[in-house]
Amino acid sequence: MRIEDPALLTVGGTYVADLRAPELDGAAYVTYVRSTIAHAEITSVDLTEARSAPGVLGVFAAADLDLDRLPSASPILPDAMRRPMLATGRVRFVGEPVVAIVSERPEQGVDAADLVWIDYEPLPAVVDPTEAARDEVLVHPDAGTNVAMDIAGRTGDELFEGCELVVRAEMVNQRLAAVPLEVRSAASAWVDGRIWQWSSTQHAHGVRDSLAEVYGMDPAAVRVIAPDVGGGFGAKIGSTPEEVLLPWLARQVGRPVRWTETRSENMVGMGHGRGQHQTVEIGGRRDGRVEAYRLTVLQDGGAYPSMGSVLPFLTRMMAPGTYDIARVDVAARSVATNTTSTVAYRGAGRPEATAAIERAMDLFAAEAGLDPAEVRRRNVIPADAFPHTTAMGVTYDIGDYEQALDLVLDAAGYEDLRAEQARRRAADEQVQLGIGVSLYVEVTAGPRAGSEHARVVVESDGSATVYTGSSSHGQGHHTAFTSLVSERLGIAPERITIVHGDTDQVERGAGTMGSRSLQLGGSAIHEAAGEVIERALPIAARLLDTDVHEIRFDPTTGRFSGPDGSAAAGVGWVEVAGTSQFDGAPLAAAVDFTAESPTYPFGAHVAVVDVDTETGRVVLRRHIAVDDAGRILNPLLAEGQRHGGIAQGAAQALLEEVCFDEDGNPVTSNLADYAVISAAELPSFELVDMETPTPINPLGAKGIGESGTIGSTPAVQSAVVDALAHLGVRHVDMPATPERVWRAIRAAQT
Amino acid sequence: MQISITVNGRERTSEVEPRTLLVHHIRDELGLTGTNVGCDTTSCGACTVLLDGESVKSCTLLAVQADGESITTIEGLADGEKLHPVQAAFREHHGLQCGFCTPGMVMAAVSLLAEQPDPTEHDVREGLEGNLCRCTGYHNIVRAVLAAAEGSQA
Amino acid sequence: MIPLAFEYERADSAEAAIAALARHGDEAKLLAGGHSLLPLMKLRLAAPAVIVDIGRLSDLSYVRDEGAHLAIGALTRHHDLATSDLLAAEAPLLRHAAGQVGDPQVRHRGTIGGSVVHGDPASDLPAVLLAMRASVVVRGPGGERTIAADDLFTGFLETTVGPDELLTEIKVPKTAGAGWSFQKLARRSQDWAIVGVALQLGDQPGIGLVNMAPQPTRAVDAEAALSAGASPSEVGRSASAEGDPSADLNASVEYRRHLAGVLVGRAVAEAQGS
Repeated sequence: MRIEDPALLTVGGTYVADLRAPELDGAAYVTYVRSTIAHAEITSVDLTEARSAPGVLGVFAAADLDLDRLPSASPILPDAMRRPMLATGRVRFVGEPVVAIVSERPEQGVDAADLVWIDYEPLPAVVDPTEAARDEVLVHPDAGTNVAMDIAGRTGDELFEGCELVVRAEMVNQRLAAVPLEVRSAASAWVDGRIWQWSSTQHAHGVRDSLAEVYGMDPAAVRVIAPDVGGGFGAKIGSTPEEVLLPWLARQVGRPVRWTETRSENMVGMGHGRGQHQTVEIGGRRDGRVEAYRLTVLQDGGAYPSMGSVLPFLTRMMAPGTYDIARVDVAARSVATNTTSTVAYRGAGRPEATAAIERAMDLFAAEAGLDPAEVRRRNVIPADAFPHTTAMGVTYDIGDYEQALDLVLDAAGYEDLRAEQARRRAADEQVQLGIGVSLYVEVTAGPRAGSEHARVVVESDGSATVYTGSSSHGQGHHTAFTSLVSERLGIAPERITIVHGDTDQVERGAGTMGSRSLQLGGSAIHEAAGEVIERALPIAARLLDTDVHEIRFDPTTGRFSGPDGSAAAGVGWVEVAGTSQFDGAPLAAAVDFTAESPTYPFGAHVAVVDVDTETGRVVLRRHIAVDDAGRILNPLLAEGQRHGGIAQGAAQALLEEVCFDEDGNPVTSNLADYAVISAAELPSFELVDMETPTPINPLGAKGIGESGTIGSTPAVQSAVVDALAHLGVRHVDMPATPERVWRAIRAAQT
Repeated sequence: MQISITVNGRERTSEVEPRTLLVHHIRDELGLTGTNVGCDTTSCGACTVLLDGESVKSCTLLAVQADGESITTIEGLADGEKLHPVQAAFREHHGLQCGFCTPGMVMAAVSLLAEQPDPTEHDVREGLEGNLCRCTGYHNIVRAVLAAAEGSQA
Repeated sequence: MIPLAFEYERADSAEAAIAALARHGDEAKLLAGGHSLLPLMKLRLAAPAVIVDIGRLSDLSYVRDEGAHLAIGALTRHHDLATSDLLAAEAPLLRHAAGQVGDPQVRHRGTIGGSVVHGDPASDLPAVLLAMRASVVVRGPGGERTIAADDLFTGFLETTVGPDELLTEIKVPKTAGAGWSFQKLARRSQDWAIVGVALQLGDQPGIGLVNMAPQPTRAVDAEAALSAGASPSEVGRSASAEGDPSADLNASVEYRRHLAGVLVGRAVAEAQGS
């Protein structure tokens, strides 16, 4: 059971909007007025009426600001595409903040927003990335192009030379909204000349550094605190203007300020995920052996290209997936459009790679007339080939993909499912059965070797405090890290405190993203705890009046004993830490753990769907998953991560899509229109265990946070197509909505 | 106008603007921040509380509509230190991660079980259709609610 | 998320509500369960100057057997309809459909009267009332009148209930023993129907369609085909040509027509037990 839960279940968490910190006493409320048009020159902004509205403390537009633009998410993105705090000169997407209002009460800000008058001169909007790539309408004229990032392919048609079969297809990995249940929320106060910022973020230190850069301050002069965070899923990694502007607004009105967006604002204001147009080409022999693969990616970057625009690097890295393909080439390009910017979302670049190669394998299998599971088996990297360097030059640490496939097919009862499918097909039943198989490998704590900071202190009362740069937003870090330390130091869980998400208390931190927390944050804590033991040994030796080499530490009791071996005669943490403190230094160790490389979790999923061939409606009946994340320290937490991931992946395959009309108006800008999946659309999941420890870190652990999403999406999509394969359907884009499925059937019949 | 609501067994009288939503009243005026706001379209259920024992979305009620009524929020569910069976089952079965949907989800589940004490998995899934969770994939939430039902049947 | 400020009046009787409407004219809106009006007000898509709260008129919450028909108070909540034993026996289509509206929380607050006067083509219950050939009783300054469901829905969110009138009761013919079916295809369980079909067999078979026109509508040609003994798929084909559906995020016009055909066909088959 989790340590976090009693509070969450009885009084609820303390999220930013719940904070009652004394530094926020008398806080005013911030309301943003957002662009209602996708692309336009701002011809005038009239703030007069709003400024005199009841309770209004200040109303500000770009002209009032003396702040630089937001720091870029990556140095490779063009400087000309960097984002201003408030729309400056022109607006580039619906939802872009144009005016900031500070008011005594929240409702006064909303009322005053109705009194802000902004005149726009509309410009043609470019919404479709393919159109954006033609550079006919420029989102950022100063950049001279819409292209924000470009990775050229290396080969031409010779890639497929000698192939007996070549299949080509275009597909869309659609734009999604992350929808953490807690929207973006932040509060800001000036305390003794320093910025104190409370933020619903995955990465407090990142927010600190952004604020320091924008305000020209030393990072030490900024304190960022992430209290309980109601989900993030990648979309709460970076800093956004709405948050970064808060200290400035607080200074203008001479008071602390609070800001919590509405869901409708969140759906257009927080970065979206995915958004790739993909072309796959796959070639090989008629016996099912794949010899060449090419993936061409067009990434929708949105109005101000951000993290989403660099994710194609990860897609490229993982392009060949679990398969041993001799020749692989990837070309990718990210373009600006008049839409919400794209950022990381659970999986971030890897689900896109997996969806592409898995669909390609299905298409290849169909062309070869072979079973899709069998074609996968013929092409997987064999278990004895690890570490294995792929055609992309990426070295996978360890894996056994064929075993994962065997396990999932066995658990699913694959042969029986195929028999049932054959029966329904023969009977021409209205509801057909679809079976989707996916294999995946992903990269966690990457793309380069990652690092994380931890400090472990044993206090003189024998309790322990752990300071970690990792930052929980639902994953259960307190539970996981407490048990790690408890098992290592023999200190009872209730005497261990985990401190995270406070830049004044934790020196450094890379936050929680990319499935890195246990393998990097956990390893850092594991090693820091080990170092504390090393430091304790000579003190124990002194206390027991014996040689340090004679001291034994028993992690089950937390006691140090001398050569007589009796723990009763030995000393515990109270004595050792107390002595250390008396000597003038707390018993503590700080470690920055750096892995020698990322890790590569893998797995196999099978989805079983019913497809109503008359209405096109799809029902996910079963989902079976093998997810190998190396050594599992806490099965409860790991399973929870898999469940959540599978649901989000299935949601992408079946339901969710962020849509704009041709003028760039969002049409899925609230939770009535954007179909977040609910309990009623999902089955219980069938999880199969598999553990292949990685040699990369002392815990043997790989990341588990994103695997479920990466494996499930292509399995569910494939199952929909599979149900209709006998009707001639080869592909259905995601989400497989009833109408889309119905159209696919109809197109195949004509 | 002045309203009086019995909140978790205690009568609370306050002056409110008629446009104040019940959820804002609960959070800002009564200081009970366990009830969360997750959307603005009556979709997510994070703000679910019990109104005279039945689940309602407190974002879609004016505080003045609850005048004279009795509401229960997540803070009023446990009996002192003793968790309500649904709370205990959520804990036992890891039915929560970030915790943001949890108060609303638990209250919806309590109401569901009051109406259907012996639900099937299908009943539970349909019964929670008005509550969104982004973390758990609902798997453990459903297990928790079924376990709570079984526990109180025994 | 915060409605525009308004004046609030609480009516303690139907007469008081009607008087308040007379006093405030177009400025005022009635608030029953609030599940049609408040969502619009929170997004500031509706901003009435005066709200007249009729939610406490508990004498308008009932399901009664009145001999030839059932009388349902306008403030009866969806949940009460969905759990009514009387409806189970005498109007099972209405009982079933009420259980399909929104989600449990919405059904605990939303009222049949509110749903009907909102006149939303995407709502389930108006289609049911059309199929069952129900009528509604409204009261205004000039007294009481009865409007047949057929004459109620005139356009998108438009009904023939006057701005100064209060809907007090729904009269539903008893249908014990007659076949019925309710078909709803939605993206998610909590969503509005993409297309929905309410079908009631009886002396005068009725087919109500959800989301197939700017207003809740009947498939009159399909009803005629059904009465003439056409097969389920023939009735469906007829229905697919009816109405005046529009395209939205979830469906094109073409797909809506196709769905109407499939779902009406299924409804006929289910209702006839074939």
